[in-house]
Amino acid sequence: MSHASFWELMNFGPDGWGWSMLRAAGMTVMVALAGFILGGFIGTFGAWAKIAGNRPVRIAADAYTTILRGIPDLLVIFLFYFGGSLALSAVYRAFGGEGFVDFPGFAAGAMAIGLTSGAQHTEVFRGAYYAIHDGEIEAARAAGMTRMMMLRRIIMPLLLRHALPGLGNIWQVVLKESALVSVTGMIELARQAQIGAGSTRQPFYFFIAAAILFLAITFVSNRVFRFSEAHFSRGVRGAR
Amino acid sequence: MIDFPFMYEALMRLLPGIPMTLQLAFIASAFGVFFALAAALMQLSGNVVLRSVADFYVFCIRGTPLLIQIFLIYYGMGQFDFIRHSFMWPILREPYWCAIFALMFNTGAYGSQIVRGGLLSVPRGQVEAARSCGMSQVLIYRRIILPLAIRQALPAYGNEVILLLKATSLASIITLMEITGLAAKMISETYRVVEVFLVAGSLYLLINFILSRGVAVLEKRLMRHTAAERPSSRIAARGAA
Repeated sequence: MSHASFWELMNFGPDGWGWSMLRAAGMTVMVALAGFILGGFIGTFGAWAKIAGNRPVRIAADAYTTILRGIPDLLVIFLFYFGGSLALSAVYRAFGGEGFVDFPGFAAGAMAIGLTSGAQHTEVFRGAYYAIHDGEIEAARAAGMTRMMMLRRIIMPLLLRHALPGLGNIWQVVLKESALVSVTGMIELARQAQIGAGSTRQPFYFFIAAAILFLAITFVSNRVFRFSEAHFSRGVRGAR
Repeated sequence: MIDFPFMYEALMRLLPGIPMTLQLAFIASAFGVFFALAAALMQLSGNVVLRSVADFYVFCIRGTPLLIQIFLIYYGMGQFDFIRHSFMWPILREPYWCAIFALMFNTGAYGSQIVRGGLLSVPRGQVEAARSCGMSQVLIYRRIILPLAIRQALPAYGNEVILLLKATSLASIITLMEITGLAAKMISETYRVVEVFLVAGSLYLLINFILSRGVAVLEKRLMRHTAAERPSSRIAARGAA
């Protein structure tokens, strides 16, 4: 068994794994982003349900966040992947097809991540809403704003400002959770590293490379969030 | 619609996975606490080297997925001959210990931030009072700082244990048959996703519920000195403000 060095494996030439790993990193970001956005929609709805909903709606939203925070993400991914495949196969058979149809791993992963992160989004948005001072809403009302305008000009910008640090945390969680989508066979970083490890028998180098790429993505997105926090907090007199 | 006899069967097949799930979580958190404490003390120490080492450890673990960490330990270590021939190999070959090592490093890094917060919350006056009584540094830690820090950190640490319990499900990917592993096996054999998911999910919810109740009881016990005076102290605080 010949031992290639780390850089021999990870070069960007025709035999190198560099491009495959980078492409896989791109997929990781894509599936995480899709799940994050979906979770954002679910969270907006969930926060609205908890803040303004009537009793049954509130109870449903509480049940959703409690359950999704108590169940492993992996189990939810299994549910969407296998459940989706079964449903697709049933539809396929209804139209005269045969056999088992694989549900796309990307969709299953994004949906599962969306559903689990939606529970966290709910809490972040709810907290951010309560952080808005009554006085700001009263002032908007005194200025004669309609409800929609108040939502667009006052509540949303303030909500985003208060929610950004929490959203940054959720993004980090979602990014790492996306590695679990590898169980569906979708080729993102963890799966690509497994493939490379299997075909070269140098698992350590591949998993270290995947880890470094994850760290790089984390580092860059940290920067982006810090920058946008500063951007949305313009004009705020901080404690420091 | 929902097939209850089948769900009962699923329950009977998933129950044997509970001891494995609990073992992974408890062994990893029992050892992980020491990693957390060590990393937190290193981060708070004035020594630049110690602090950088701890910061690097926390950054690496928190910036990468647990799955990659598990793969690195379980598959990655075997790449090196010197590890394969070392005394550690009989342990590193076992998926059980690899999962525990990965979970332990993981919870140590996340836990260190909680412990650090707890240590920082200890009022300076308490430490000064202890020092003026002539306590040694070790005694101050044992009698004053750690008890106060533990009280402060306990609720957040309970949360971390619940996250760890959920994380044990990843051990199924390296062939361990805990709850999720058994559930995945049963799904692939019976193709009945929803029922198996419901049973497995309920087991996790039940365990997490018991865990969080346990932490709440412990918290109440540790905070019992404040239980009676809490309303009056709140009024006093309001008066002072």
